[in-house]
Amino acid sequence: MEIDPFIFRLSIFILSIFIGYYVVWSVTPSLHTPLMSVTNAISSVIIVGAIIAGLAGNSENIFNTSSIFGFLAISLAAINIFGGFLVTQRMLAMYKKKKKDK
Amino acid sequence: MISANLSAIFYLISGVLFILALRGLSSPETSRQGNFFGILGMVIAITVTFLSVGSFSSGFVYVLIFLLIGGLIGAFIAYKIPMTAMPELVAGFHSLVGLAAVFVAISAFLNPEAFNLGLPGAIKLGSLIEMSIGAAVGAITFSGSIIAFLKLQGIMSGTPITFKGQHPLNALILISILVVTYFLCSTQSSNLFWILLVISFLIGFLLIIPIGGADMPVVISMLNSYSGWAAAGIGFTLENTALIITGALVGSSGAILSYIMCKGMNRSFFNVILGGFGATDQTSTTGNKEQKPVKSGNAEDAAFLMKNASSVIIVPGYGMAVAQAQHALREMVDTLKKNDIKVSYAIHPVAGRMPGHMNVLLAEANVPYDEVFELEDINNDFANADVAFVIGANDVTNPAAKTDPQSPIYGMPVLDVEKCKSVLFVKRSLSPGYAGIDNDLFYRENTLMLFADAKKMTEDITKNL
Repeated sequence: MEIDPFIFRLSIFILSIFIGYYVVWSVTPSLHTPLMSVTNAISSVIIVGAIIAGLAGNSENIFNTSSIFGFLAISLAAINIFGGFLVTQRMLAMYKKKKKDK
Repeated sequence: MISANLSAIFYLISGVLFILALRGLSSPETSRQGNFFGILGMVIAITVTFLSVGSFSSGFVYVLIFLLIGGLIGAFIAYKIPMTAMPELVAGFHSLVGLAAVFVAISAFLNPEAFNLGLPGAIKLGSLIEMSIGAAVGAITFSGSIIAFLKLQGIMSGTPITFKGQHPLNALILISILVVTYFLCSTQSSNLFWILLVISFLIGFLLIIPIGGADMPVVISMLNSYSGWAAAGIGFTLENTALIITGALVGSSGAILSYIMCKGMNRSFFNVILGGFGATDQTSTTGNKEQKPVKSGNAEDAAFLMKNASSVIIVPGYGMAVAQAQHALREMVDTLKKNDIKVSYAIHPVAGRMPGHMNVLLAEANVPYDEVFELEDINNDFANADVAFVIGANDVTNPAAKTDPQSPIYGMPVLDVEKCKSVLFVKRSLSPGYAGIDNDLFYRENTLMLFADAKKMTEDITKNL
């Protein structure tokens, strides 16, 4: 009997939880705020679903109810992606080591 | 148009890049590279999606337009936002992830063919279950984050909102979500889908209103976790590896942060979730104790104490952020260092309104990160330090957490500032902190209270040094 593809996805999911667990424990506490903003940005990879939904409308009828929700989701996710990565960048740029002479 | 297998491999690559992005945060040196990996992963995921859909119809232009609108708004916010407002920003961003998840689920429900999920009214059972979970968790994340945002922004009061029968009501709604999901899956009725969304929005709202302002670090972390699970739910629906991996990463990341925050307050997760903390104690403990004698001083006294010290430990708290005193503080520390006084910073896990908030604020004020220490790394040093300078912190220094089993914060890990030869407390008044408990430290022999605005006081001390 063949294995349902769902089981493969579930395996990826479970293993990723474990990866997440170990990787996040190794994050230094002083970077917990950038951690939250960057997880925010990457969870907006949900934009791939929004793009599929947005492109699903045919050329005579680009805006149907389904694609409108897709377009809105694209904008929401894009706010997060740009905002999340840029604000993380901004924060990380501020973390500096002690200068030797001071 | 590229094959489904090839795009699946690219999604896997972007998932791996996201793992590397988080891995980079293990130290500030590697963190910038990590962020770059994250951006790269996102670019790959978006490009592959365009290529896999393939039909560059006129819809493509609209996708770009909406992408650009969102991108510009996001970039604008990222550059404008002050670092003190980080908790609000993150809460706001969580709500957007939640809402985006809901919108994608709605799209998929209305037009399942676009996602290869079957026909409207005959969506594959597995996909429908995954979609419902994604939509419900997304909706909870959205409305919960909105409340968290309003509370952090001060638009809504931080005091917990509780009413009779709150917990049974919440339990009832949670059960009804399960029931509605079950019937949605068996009947495919779109009405039930909308009902599911409405009650999920409602429960998100109801779950967060009873949680007080002091518990916001836990709430933000928890909503971070929810936004991850919502993304994972949608990832299963869309059969997309990048989304599944990311959802799992974000979900566990938020869960770990919530755990760390709860431990920092010595409270169980359920205790925080059930809410109402800090509402009743406030009135009972304040009145009678304020009569005790307090030694208060001015900037000159403080400057004198610090000038004669050989080591000073700074304990910043949320009050410092409110007063925007971090830059003034850095200037004070620079002056101290010129006088060959050793200065370090001690940060409590729950200082500020979100995990790691104080570290960001200090970094913004150009404080080198290797002078900033976590509680367990610095707590033994207080006994050897001459002066502890507590600025805008209160509960996290309260010795009652170690000595008084009756205290609501008993058992919470605290900074041992009382072991210093002298303690300077910058505070506006004797009012209790967020937990609503009086701090015994104020009345100690070796404590000097400096009643003033944190920023002004710090500037005055610098002048007197």
